[in-house]
Amino acid sequence: MSLTSDEVKRVAKLARLGLTEAETTEILTHLNSIIGLVDQMQQIDTDGVAPLAHPLELRQTLRTDAVAETNQRDKFQANAPHVDAGLYLVPRVVE
Amino acid sequence: MYEAVIGLEVHVQLSTDSKIFSGSSTDFGGEPNTQASLIDLGMPGVLPVPNAKAFEMAVKFGLAIDAEIGQQSIFDRKNYFYPDLPKGYQISQFEKPIVGPGRVLISLEDGTEKTINVTRAHLEEDAGKSIHDAFDGMTGIDLNRAGTPLLEIVSEPELRSAKEAIAYLKVIHSIIRYLDISDGNMAEGSMRCDCNVSIRPRGSETLGTRTEIKNLNSFRFVEKAINTEINRQIEILEDGGRVIQETRLYDPDKDETRSMRSKEEANDYRYFPDPDLLPVVLDDNFISACRDALPELPEARKARYISEYGITGYDAGVLVANRDVADYFAEVANTSGEGKLAANWVMGSILAELNQTGGSITDFSVTAKQLSELIGRIKDNTLNSKTAKTVFEAMLAGDGEVDAIIEFKGLVQFTDTGTIEAFVDEVIAGNPEQVTNYRAASEDKQVKMLGFFVGQVMKRSQGRANPQAVNQILSAKLSG
Repeated sequence: MSLTSDEVKRVAKLARLGLTEAETTEILTHLNSIIGLVDQMQQIDTDGVAPLAHPLELRQTLRTDAVAETNQRDKFQANAPHVDAGLYLVPRVVE
Repeated sequence: MYEAVIGLEVHVQLSTDSKIFSGSSTDFGGEPNTQASLIDLGMPGVLPVPNAKAFEMAVKFGLAIDAEIGQQSIFDRKNYFYPDLPKGYQISQFEKPIVGPGRVLISLEDGTEKTINVTRAHLEEDAGKSIHDAFDGMTGIDLNRAGTPLLEIVSEPELRSAKEAIAYLKVIHSIIRYLDISDGNMAEGSMRCDCNVSIRPRGSETLGTRTEIKNLNSFRFVEKAINTEINRQIEILEDGGRVIQETRLYDPDKDETRSMRSKEEANDYRYFPDPDLLPVVLDDNFISACRDALPELPEARKARYISEYGITGYDAGVLVANRDVADYFAEVANTSGEGKLAANWVMGSILAELNQTGGSITDFSVTAKQLSELIGRIKDNTLNSKTAKTVFEAMLAGDGEVDAIIEFKGLVQFTDTGTIEAFVDEVIAGNPEQVTNYRAASEDKQVKMLGFFVGQVMKRSQGRANPQAVNQILSAKLSG
């Protein structure tokens, strides 16, 4: 299996990446080599092997429900390009 | 004729103290971004740690709807871009949700019951809020809500009308309130609903093309949006057109749904297991502890109220739908020892008043204790139904306790025959023409004509005469 350049463009669009034609061609080559590797892995017989959700065979530890964070808004917002009235401002998104 | 096919996705905010993956507070209404930590902001290098309480609440819900519990559940990333989702993905559950197939029972208008299957319920994080109109050319983002735990409950498309959808939604609301896993406040967004709606010719087995109406936040809007959308789809088909699969928004001002085209292209979420989170494995002890902590649920309480208080199935159904109302009723019924009267007063006066004001019974101005006293005064014949109503209204207005109001307003019912007889004699003497007509009339006409005299006597007694006694004395005196 291999990708087409249209598929690369679609994935780039979903990831909000702007690619030039030259970059698209380059990435197509890289992605296809990865897909080649996946093709190779697909040939391994995995019948009877349970699917794995995570490479570490461990269980997730859960946290007790308690508020542990304090308000650090000023510190965090010092990093933001635009803030007003405590809100982060971003270019307008119209629904 | 067409038949509607409806499935609901209900998002319930779980009432944990802290968020699902961080230790930030989940309190509603805080100053913007004061409850948004590095994890909620999606900063690089942070790791989410799941909140055990959210799992406990999800498991309780699963047990309450008789569902399979996913003892091993997995978190996935649902990828999409929106400014109120800083990571660029929402942590959700896709293939292995915490709650598997279950079912709820809804009551239909004709009194029959119907089982609605729940496909699944999964845990996920809520997004932040966008404020679109306050800033010139910019959108403001508040991430206090980001990371609030949500339980998304997905039904099978087994609902056939807006009414059934509302009945289902009310049962879900009732269950989460009984379990106390969410405040269920739709106006504040603690419970939100997406509706999948399609239509097909009645009798057909194939499904029509569906549309999804997003983010409805009141029972009334859910009902109106579904009906509006069903009619829109019928019109399209009648005109020979085809329904397009899309996401739509309901506009309550215009009572119409409109296409939300921006969502279409993004509808490719590229789910994959979140490498930041290991599978969550719940052992049998965890689940049995949740089971042991389950309260009495609405269905069980309904059955108990019918047998304990001798009220009808319909009344019991109305009273148990809201846990606080059910508790209030039980207190009144137990204290006054009058189940039926308690049911009548709670349904007829209190629920009617709450419906009008939109208030909650927990801060209602007449307490359960006061209503019990009022019923006590009806029982011991101090009050009749009319004067009881007067006392109730006075209590609503904050005029104080039952006995004080009765005394202050002079409402004690006249039960002694002498006083009532005096009123009756006055009325008979004052209306000679009516008396003559009455005495000349046939017996079945007399029954109707008696109402006039009763009314006159009650008027003279300022509503305080015992109506049964008035009836008896009047008929006796008139026939003599």
